[in-house]
Amino acid sequence: MTNLLDIKELVSTCLQCGTCTASCPNSFAMDITPRKLWRLVLMDRTEDVFNSTTFALCSTCYYCTLRCPRGLELTTAMSMLKAAAAKENIPKYRVSAHFYSSFMESVRRHGRVRETEFLTLYFMAMKNPLLPMKITPLGIRLLKKNKVKFEMPSKPGTGNLTRLFEKVSQMEEDK
Amino acid sequence: MKYNYYPGCSLQASAVEYDASTRAVMDALGIELLDIGDWNCCGATAAEPVSRLLSYALPARNIALFEQNSQADILVPCSACYLNLKKVEVDRKKNRELSARIDEVLEEENLVLEDPPGVRHLLDVISNDIKPGVIADRVTHELSGLRIAPYYGCQALRPYKVFDDPEEPESMEPVIRACGAEVFEWGSGAKCCGASNMNTKKESAEVLVQNILEDARGADAIVTICPMCQLNLDGFQAGISRKAGLDLSISVIYLPQLIGLALGLSTRDLMLNKNLALKPDFTKKIELPAKQGRAG
Repeated sequence: MTNLLDIKELVSTCLQCGTCTASCPNSFAMDITPRKLWRLVLMDRTEDVFNSTTFALCSTCYYCTLRCPRGLELTTAMSMLKAAAAKENIPKYRVSAHFYSSFMESVRRHGRVRETEFLTLYFMAMKNPLLPMKITPLGIRLLKKNKVKFEMPSKPGTGNLTRLFEKVSQMEEDK
Repeated sequence: MKYNYYPGCSLQASAVEYDASTRAVMDALGIELLDIGDWNCCGATAAEPVSRLLSYALPARNIALFEQNSQADILVPCSACYLNLKKVEVDRKKNRELSARIDEVLEEENLVLEDPPGVRHLLDVISNDIKPGVIADRVTHELSGLRIAPYYGCQALRPYKVFDDPEEPESMEPVIRACGAEVFEWGSGAKCCGASNMNTKKESAEVLVQNILEDARGADAIVTICPMCQLNLDGFQAGISRKAGLDLSISVIYLPQLIGLALGLSTRDLMLNKNLALKPDFTKKIELPAKQGRAG
């Protein structure tokens, strides 16, 4: 399992007051409250952390970060848990992991996200024929408004950020 | 006044009307927007869950390109883009090691951050540089009779306290009044719309949007300052209404579209035909001034 050392460092002075839980707009849908999640992180209960859907539900509203009496960057810690779960191929996190990585793949290839390319990559990664149906109604309305450009996945073109992406991943590996 | 202009990816796709209305209003107010050709995606909320360093490197590249272009502040209409660029500005000063790592990535493309221009949200520029009083002086089509619910969302306000109160924001209120409209008092202005959870955790995001829409009942329109908020509030209200068995339909427009209407700009220049949820009673109310000569 991934070492959660960086994340532990971020939340090390958590005093378990629960302000994060009380401030979280998504806590109603979480199986473990944010407060409890930080405790599990600090107790090295990595498996329990990754078994939870809590960090995947974070919508980065920054209320917890703003209000934490210890000034902890809790939203960043949530994002780092998402990155760690993606790396570990945690089954419960598959949907979000493919969503974010398909988005970034489109950015790598063209410098900017191409919405239809990104979604096509996402659907291919998910291998779920019903998934596109879920967003079809909105897609059709955006199409009618001429807001959708059809750009199927293509090789990196002008403006691609392959060098920047490679440099970043090399630096992260070396760390 | 002039600004380096960072539109971001959304403003070239699902939020073209935000881009068009921002440009139209700035033009009407005599403000110059400086475009650069090779800006890249800021990383949205997708970079950080992939790589923390990448979430700094992508916006930093843009800031470095703008620094080459002009010392003018960088004007950012999208709240997610704004926060990503702002994060580089703030965290670079706080964290030397991080700053060095960002510099190392930028070196790959011979880019440097020496004296980077400031990062400003569109709402910050409107309230503090342009100022509501100046807008009021330029208004030709008072939007009287419209009750407008100001919706700020999250990332223009939090985590950094920059131009407004991150819990109880009010910077949009004088702007709405300057346009001749009335401020709809409500408690959802700084609440979260669920952001990209609408794609990956829909059940949860729908609850957040439903709460906001229910709270907005009684207003003529919600005004937004972020493409993601706009899409969550206008693109999904029909489905949410159906599920809830409630009529939660409400017009949702971008702040510069509201200002543009008051300045007498045409609905075509403001691309109001692109919005997904404009109710007939709202369009009727904004059509009235046409008799006074609104173009288009």
